[in-house]
Amino acid sequence: MEFWAFFSAKPLLWLIVTIVTFIVTSWLNRRLGGTPLLHPVLVSLSLIIVFLLLTGTSYETYFEGAQFIHFLLGPATVALAVPLFDHFERVKKMLLPLLLACMAGAVTAAASAILVAQAFDASLGTLLSIAPKSVTSAIAIGIAEKLGGYPSLASGLVLITGAIGCVLAPPIYRILNVTDEAVKGFTLGVSAHGMGTAYAFEYGLMAGAFGGLAMGMTGAFTAFMLPVLVPLLGIG
Amino acid sequence: MLVGFLMLLLFQLAGELIVVVLGMPVPGPVVGMVLLLMCLIAKGDVPESLRIPSEALLKHLALLFVPAGVGLMTHFSLLKADWLAILLALIVSTGLTIVVTALILNPSAKKLHQLERES
Repeated sequence: MEFWAFFSAKPLLWLIVTIVTFIVTSWLNRRLGGTPLLHPVLVSLSLIIVFLLLTGTSYETYFEGAQFIHFLLGPATVALAVPLFDHFERVKKMLLPLLLACMAGAVTAAASAILVAQAFDASLGTLLSIAPKSVTSAIAIGIAEKLGGYPSLASGLVLITGAIGCVLAPPIYRILNVTDEAVKGFTLGVSAHGMGTAYAFEYGLMAGAFGGLAMGMTGAFTAFMLPVLVPLLGIG
Repeated sequence: MLVGFLMLLLFQLAGELIVVVLGMPVPGPVVGMVLLLMCLIAKGDVPESLRIPSEALLKHLALLFVPAGVGLMTHFSLLKADWLAILLALIVSTGLTIVVTALILNPSAKKLHQLERES
């Protein structure tokens, strides 16, 4: 018990717990065929929350260790410019329809999520955290912070959105008769960020590449669009 | 590798500075990302020293979401009150987003396909 009292107060323990849990859940997810409903991030954070509650550890204590991982979100967001540049070079000639689809999709995602949540009397903190839900967590966490929402709630909602997107996309493609790989991939990237992109790779490499492009474009566009859209919808 | 990582941090710093100076309600790293993208477009290629740390970080991007995600434990009462609104909002808006994006892009499908074949 003395051992526990000593190590549970050290940042090192929570850093190790986070990485180990993620490695195990990633391995499990691969074994289960990569289902988005048991995404390693969703499973990891559930397991860690249960562990913290069982051991009576506060989030603050946990974060003292986990902050070293959290910090890397900043440089990782900047690094998104690299794949964005790679894709950008290839699709330069088609930039206009892609931009248009990305912007319309991003506005639809944020506005419809806020309006539906508002219609069901969600609190202001929830509305501001749900606004960036279609954007990769790296960017959504930053957006929620800036808007006055809850970054951790936002990152959770982003993950659930990703899973929903992967479930809804295939039947919608059938109904709308969308058969092109590039369109399928791009749409998944706009609506379901990195999880959609990972899913798009199952349609093929081209779908995955367009998914990655869409994820970067939507993230950057949404970060600049939401500070304008949120006051327009009369909240914030 | 180290130089590339320093570049990422410096672009992030530049982004954070611009956001503070201009009072923009945009995350600093996103501005850093846009700055880096503009520099890469101007330069025409990605230096190897930058590509290595960038791809290493992005390969494990999902892990980086876990610490913030665990923060959900501080919002249980909020989730209890708003779960139905949240669930409906996520399902409806994600479905709508897929429909809108696919419908706008579908007419360009053939051209996109050709372009990708060429490269």
